[in-house]
Amino acid sequence: MEWDWSFVVQILPTLIEGVKITIIATLLGSVFAAIIGLAIAIVRRSKNRLISMPVGFLAEFIRGTPLLVQLYFIFYVLPDLGITLSPLVAGVIGLGLHYGTYAAEVYRAGIDNVARGQWEAARACNLTTRQTWTQVILPQALPPMIPALANYFIAMFKETPLLSAITVLELMNQARSIANYNYRYIEPITLVGAFFLVISLVSVVGLRWLERRYGKID
Amino acid sequence: MGQWAGYLQLILDGAVVTIKLTLMGSALALVMAFLAGLGRLSRFAVFRWLATAYIEFFRGTSIFVQLFWAYFVLPLFGFSLTPLQAGVLALGLNVGAYAAEVVRGAIKSIGKEQYEACIALNFNRWQGLRHVILPQAFVLMLPTFGNNAIELLKASAVVSLISLTDMTFQAQVVRAQTGNTLFPFLTILILYFIMASVISLAIRGLERYLTRGLDGIRS
Repeated sequence: MEWDWSFVVQILPTLIEGVKITIIATLLGSVFAAIIGLAIAIVRRSKNRLISMPVGFLAEFIRGTPLLVQLYFIFYVLPDLGITLSPLVAGVIGLGLHYGTYAAEVYRAGIDNVARGQWEAARACNLTTRQTWTQVILPQALPPMIPALANYFIAMFKETPLLSAITVLELMNQARSIANYNYRYIEPITLVGAFFLVISLVSVVGLRWLERRYGKID
Repeated sequence: MGQWAGYLQLILDGAVVTIKLTLMGSALALVMAFLAGLGRLSRFAVFRWLATAYIEFFRGTSIFVQLFWAYFVLPLFGFSLTPLQAGVLALGLNVGAYAAEVVRGAIKSIGKEQYEACIALNFNRWQGLRHVILPQAFVLMLPTFGNNAIELLKASAVVSLISLTDMTFQAQVVRAQTGNTLFPFLTILILYFIMASVISLAIRGLERYLTRGLDGIRS
């Protein structure tokens, strides 16, 4: 089977429609994961073991099971319990939850890296718990985490083709429907691969920049 | 409860496929990790370039795309693969690329004095690697290898989409036949979690075994 450039030109607009959905899902998923991750990290530090233990176990459970099955769970089981979600929303929740548990570990390491003296200084200044977190700890903990978080968001980007399994019309799904309709697999699937490779290589350059800008611990 | 026994059997059949896939994929990944990891540290530029190209390619594209490429596009070039072969190939090559960086990092973290000791003992490069460097580096690689194996186990769910009858595929079959969603998906989530826990326990045990008698020497 030969590579056909005119076919490539013909299918490109459809693939670009898929690219848009892929990028939207990644961005929304990243925001959701960043918030969920911070929440998990803070709750796991709670002194009350009745709160921190179940959340810790749940996070371990989500990290130890496949994203695909979690997506099926959200997409197929929740409607039976009365919660109906659109495919894209289900996908964003799945991505956000899954990568949120990874992000939680990054936050945990970042928070642990803030020197003990800073906690003591916050107490000495009579700051409330809330003020301690927002004014003292997080502003110091967050910048060094940025490269590690970005790394996971690139990984999430590469997992977005899984959303095609719950009927989100992202890049992979568009490519598969083109392939099935025309019965030509070589161009669509290869283009999807090339697209992911290009975006990943570009984002690696961006990551290096983030590492230089924020990664230094002085 | 009785009616679920048959369906549970179906899911357990799928679990066997998942375990087989994970074991074979891990074996391939381990081989590729050492080939590419050592390749990146080679004296010869050709090997370094080949290894870097392999690692960047497989880390840069999604496992999902690689699997589809192996299953749908490779036959067009004359390599027909069964779903199981395509699954093992894609999983092994993908995770192998990640693990190769682990191999490289662990070997590079071994102190310079160890290499000097190899020279002092008149070892050639292979002997030094085999008897001095790798035994120390392998212990450093183990925890991350464990994480990589769990990633492989999780990625193996994707093969259900190329019609390989693994656990996820069987859960979909049960869902289609019974219309029940909670039972199949919760069951396989728990089974996946148990498998991941077994991997991490096994790696921890192996690490303890390999570092026995080294207390106080390793920091």
